Parts: sequence; C-alpha cells; structure tokens
Amino acid sequence: MLTMARDAYLVLVGHCYDGLPLEACGLLAGDPDAARVDVCYPTGNEAASARVYTVSPRDHLRADRDAEDRGLSIIGVFHSHTHTDPYPSPTDIAQAPDPTWHYVIVSLREGAPTMRSYRISEGRVEEEGVVLA
Amino acid sequence: MPDVRLPTVLRSHAGGASVVEAEGETVGDVLAWLESTFPGLAGQLRNTDGTAHRFVNVYVNDDDARYLDGLDTKLTGTDEISILPAVAGG
Repeated sequence: MLTMARDAYLVLVGHCYDGLPLEACGLLAGDPDAARVDVCYPTGNEAASARVYTVSPRDHLRADRDAEDRGLSIIGVFHSHTHTDPYPSPTDIAQAPDPTWHYVIVSLREGAPTMRSYRISEGRVEEEGVVLA
Repeated sequence: MPDVRLPTVLRSHAGGASVVEAEGETVGDVLAWLESTFPGLAGQLRNTDGTAHRFVNVYVNDDDARYLDGLDTKLTGTDEISILPAVAGG
C-alpha cells in the first residue's frame, strides 16, 4: 500500500497533463519505511516521446539532493501513459532500476486520470493500493 | 579522496553506506576502485570493456560526467561524485 500526500498527487497529475502530447515523468520522495510519498518532483523527459520516457539526469540529481535536505529519500518514479492503460509496459518492467521503489503510472486515456502503483522486482509486477492522505 | 554518494539500490553492496570515501584520480579510477573494494558492485557500474554502464549516471558535483571528460574526468579531493540509477521506461 502506498500513501501519497494530496499535494504531491496534484503536482503529479498536473505535470502529466502539462506534458501532453508527450509522456511526462518525475520522482517521488518520502519515507521508504512508511511507503509514504510526501513530495513529487516533476522532471524533464529527455526522450521527448509519446511512447517512452527518460528522467532527466540533471533533474534527478537535483531531486535527490533536495529530498536528502528534507530528510526524505527518493522512493519511486511516476510517468504517464497518454493513450494506454496504467499498467507497466515491457520496457517499464525490464528497466525498473530499484526493487524497493514504487512505480506509479497515470493513464490519461479517459476523461479523468487513472493512477496505479506497482512494485517491480526481477521482472515480476505486483499492483499495490494507493491512498491519498 | 573524493566522496561518492551511492543510490539506495547499490548501498547493500557497500555495507549499507550511503557515502563512501573513494580513491582515484579520475572518474574511471573511482568506479574501478569501487568495484574492486566492494565485489558486489562489480558489473553494476561498468561494462566488461570498462565503459560506464548505461543504467547508471555519474555526476561530478553538479555535472553529468558524460558532459565533462567522461571516465577520464580528473578529480580533486573536494569533488563529490554522485551515482544514481538511470530511470527510464515506456
């Protein structure tokens, strides 16, 4: 179960819509033990693509340092799927960098955003619930 | 002796440390030192031909090492190296 601060959720969804027609991405910071996201860091998508994303390495470094200054850790990544379901693609699964992270996907296919979160470890995908708090 | 900040995914291979005081005069030296000092990191930072793995990004202070001199980037004792996973998907 992932808990996400409402403000972080609003930043996350806003960034996904701002990125259209391309995929948007960013990093999530919080307390890894509590599985709680306190801060959302929108990042550039270096791939500049509607199908794939690459978190800007410079933005990643900036987010990592800011999170550390706040006593938080980067605990996950989010990205948008502009025209498909919010389920990890084979690329998402193959390239998941950290089995302790939470992988959040927002589908913008319908009129309202649909957000899902997953754990991905050694090619296995498990969905987890998300609670806004 | 540059400090190296490790991402969470690699810390377990370095005794749980988030920052390691490394040895080396260049970025490439430091990656080689890390791999030889912490065998669990072998293959996580460099390819078998010694080039940096494409699944990690290496920074010297605020700069991506690829935009400096890559693995040949020279270091001073006050430089801080950060290693972060490359984050990408589809």
